[in-house]
Amino acid sequence: MIWGVLQFPGSCDERDALHACSLSGEARLIWHESRDLDGVDGVVVPGGFSYGDYLRAGAIARFSPAMEAVAGLAAAGGPVLGICNGFQVLCEAGLLPGALLLNENLRFVCRQLNLVTDGETLSIPAKHGEGRYYAPEEMLDRIEANGQVAYRYAPGQNPNGSVRDIAGVRNEAGNVLGLMPHPEHAVDPLTGSTDGLRVFESMVRFAA
Amino acid sequence: MTVGTPRYRELGLTDHEYELIVEKLGREPNDVELAMFSLLWSEHCAYKHSRKLLARLPTEGERVVMGPGENAGAVDVGNGYAVAFKVESHNHPSAVEPFQGAATGVGGILRDVFAIGARPIAILDSLRFGELDSVRSRHLLDGAVRGIGHYGNSIGVATVGGEIYFEEPYEHNCLVNAMCLGLAKTKDMVRAAAAGVGNAVVLMGASTGRDGIGGASVLASAELGEGDEAKRPTVQIGDPFEESKVLECCLELLEKGLLVSLQDLGAAGLTSSAGEMASAGGVGIDLDVAKVPLRETDMEPFEIMVSESQERMLAVVEPARVAEVRAVCEKWQTGSAQIGLVTDSGQVRILRGDDVVGEMPVEALVDGCPLYDLEPADPGSWIYGNRATMGLGISSEDELLALLASPSIASKRWAFEQYDSVVGSRTVRRPESADAAVLQLPESGNAIAVSIDGNGRRVACDPYAGTVEAVLECAQNLACVGAEPLGLTNCLNFGNPEKPGTAWQLDRSVSGLADACTALGVPVVGGNVSLYNEGPDGPIYPTPVVGMVGELPDPSRVAGSAFAAAGDAIALLGPFSPTLAGSELAKQRGELDVGLPQPDVAAVTAACAIVRDAVRESKVASAHDISDGGLVCALAESAIGGGIGCAVDVQPLRDRGCSPEEALFGEGSGGFLLSGERAELVALGANLIGEVGGTTIEIAAGDRSLTVGLAAAESAWRSLSQRAEAVA
Repeated sequence: MIWGVLQFPGSCDERDALHACSLSGEARLIWHESRDLDGVDGVVVPGGFSYGDYLRAGAIARFSPAMEAVAGLAAAGGPVLGICNGFQVLCEAGLLPGALLLNENLRFVCRQLNLVTDGETLSIPAKHGEGRYYAPEEMLDRIEANGQVAYRYAPGQNPNGSVRDIAGVRNEAGNVLGLMPHPEHAVDPLTGSTDGLRVFESMVRFAA
Repeated sequence: MTVGTPRYRELGLTDHEYELIVEKLGREPNDVELAMFSLLWSEHCAYKHSRKLLARLPTEGERVVMGPGENAGAVDVGNGYAVAFKVESHNHPSAVEPFQGAATGVGGILRDVFAIGARPIAILDSLRFGELDSVRSRHLLDGAVRGIGHYGNSIGVATVGGEIYFEEPYEHNCLVNAMCLGLAKTKDMVRAAAAGVGNAVVLMGASTGRDGIGGASVLASAELGEGDEAKRPTVQIGDPFEESKVLECCLELLEKGLLVSLQDLGAAGLTSSAGEMASAGGVGIDLDVAKVPLRETDMEPFEIMVSESQERMLAVVEPARVAEVRAVCEKWQTGSAQIGLVTDSGQVRILRGDDVVGEMPVEALVDGCPLYDLEPADPGSWIYGNRATMGLGISSEDELLALLASPSIASKRWAFEQYDSVVGSRTVRRPESADAAVLQLPESGNAIAVSIDGNGRRVACDPYAGTVEAVLECAQNLACVGAEPLGLTNCLNFGNPEKPGTAWQLDRSVSGLADACTALGVPVVGGNVSLYNEGPDGPIYPTPVVGMVGELPDPSRVAGSAFAAAGDAIALLGPFSPTLAGSELAKQRGELDVGLPQPDVAAVTAACAIVRDAVRESKVASAHDISDGGLVCALAESAIGGGIGCAVDVQPLRDRGCSPEEALFGEGSGGFLLSGERAELVALGANLIGEVGGTTIEIAAGDRSLTVGLAAAESAWRSLSQRAEAVA
């Protein structure tokens, strides 16, 4: 498995994502102006403030040449993982349902918290100012029915006012996943947890 | 133009200084030259009231890679790597506009660190505001915390620690000190000295506008008549996205070996950057202001030279490399322009196209400012106010809860959760989990610890002893995580040094800093001085802020400050003989006065070594330094952190002559609170005082014994957020 990690001007977590990916395979950076994904099997759209998050988080990055190639990979069923700003970019690009709004208390929050997925609990840090997941009621009903809600904040731990405690969603096919918390910052027991590795591993089965 | 007051005086120069400038130039300076001299001869750039004092500080050490005089200091951490660090103030801008003031404070200190070729890896902040019941203080606190988060979070550098104190004397003049650490390959580091006659001077990053024309705004009004431009805010506006691009661009340029030297543009903009680069290199510089990319087309040469627009860097580049340098800038979508040349003239020449609009000897401009001796006089009594907020005769339980709820002691989670503390994957100890932040360095195979401290109230009680205590507290914090000090940076925040009382505080404080560093064997590798911090009610507390960086071999062995398990023994270690002088309790009782006991630096140093070794060998389960609020507050913090109570008897402190009250609430250097296996603690020479367990904090102290439920203690300690966000 070869991971490509996109790098935009303003990305913050791309080197951490590169390291996390390299723990389960090969990994390389992909410059935002590249239309070629250089033969990678899967892509991480990392956290940060791509293009300064001007206009709206992720709104400019979705038009980058590299994101065209990512859309192609997604359509072909390849694994695409969007983390934080990457989640925002994937929503802006229409590759994932819903949108991310300013946190309910209008403050940035950085906190280790628990995510629940398929009966499993993962300890992963979140850090964002625009992480309140939102979608219309009927869309929420639909994605829940389709099993597209990948991660929820553990009861009482929703840090931003996300609807139905949603922390991460996937597309219908399951090969595109976005989440606000940062699995790349939970791959080392020294810095808090290794549960983030599970998130990367969950995407490997979509690699061709 | 104002009639009567000469323009140079409005710009802050004295008659004598102006005469010196005329003498050195052999003529009257023109407007451009006067603007440049007034800035480089200001206290901020010339350190004219502090430089003689700073000569007392020890700056040499085996591990020092770069010392004072460079953009940041640096120490060797092994395997070819160095850690660069520096603390700087942004007090006055933050008092005017806290969000942008604090944000650009962070931006400025980041540039200082990457200017020497180090990638920033951590930020810490030391903040001071008036009491939290003041609307103004809450406004400044909220703005400064948001501003720090905005800049640090956006640029992807972890904010790993800091401190906030609330004291009346900071009501009008808050303090915002930001510290940055960076990691560099020692061989790739670069100095700021310009070199190579004929080399190009390249300005990189943001364009230049009228923002932040600080002291020169007075000149602007004289120049432009009554135009609105003169009334624009003088606070700079930060753009972390631009800085992120400039940062990556500069690090790529240095890695490719394309730069001869690099300097950031901070206070006094192009004037100080160009002047200092030329001075350090013993060369001259020609700058053409017509080539500087501008935000507004009609800027005057003096405005371009003194603008403090953010996110700009100045580099010296060999002519053959300029095209490559500009290509890297284009890749990172950041600006670049060749605006000048290195010359052998010994002059800073300012051109606008073919016209020379200013020409000054580098020596006169940068190093010609007279240095002044202070005229210190001990005021001999407490010159600040006293405001009792706690009644006398209340129970020990209520006293403990009042101390824990004091915003200076209470948990700062509200603030640090607004900062990204994990980006970079280095943060082994996040804020409040240990006494110092710990960052792993896989590059050099070890870790560093960092702490920032400075209790202005205690320095006000005794500037010498209080400053020694600040250094010792940093050393104790590092010891608690098993780190050995490598170097120190400082920011000296004081009032007006021309007043004898403040001069005395500054003089005594610098002596304390020098003596403590010498005794500990820790070199001072850089620092910053911020004077004239006064409000209408007088000066701030004298506030030397000390940032210390240490090294530890194995980050997996770092102890936390929280109690770990029921049944663990609790012990006191170190030469700790607390008194109520200068304590939080004395403050709340309105009983502050001059005088502190003199700390025994040698004994504290020895205790630090014992704790450091014990932590490195995993002989303790927790280690916590006893500071604000005394032993009870240290006990409460360890108990709340671990979610488990304790039962303690303070008899060992009584045996040292402390009253029950002093044993509980007294403050002073040298105290460590340890927990772990009884035999291990005894073997360290510590005094056993009790045991971890239960759901209460139970302390036997004669007639002042107390029992407080853990939940009640935690509720008081976590009360900051509601109060910080109170609207009126």
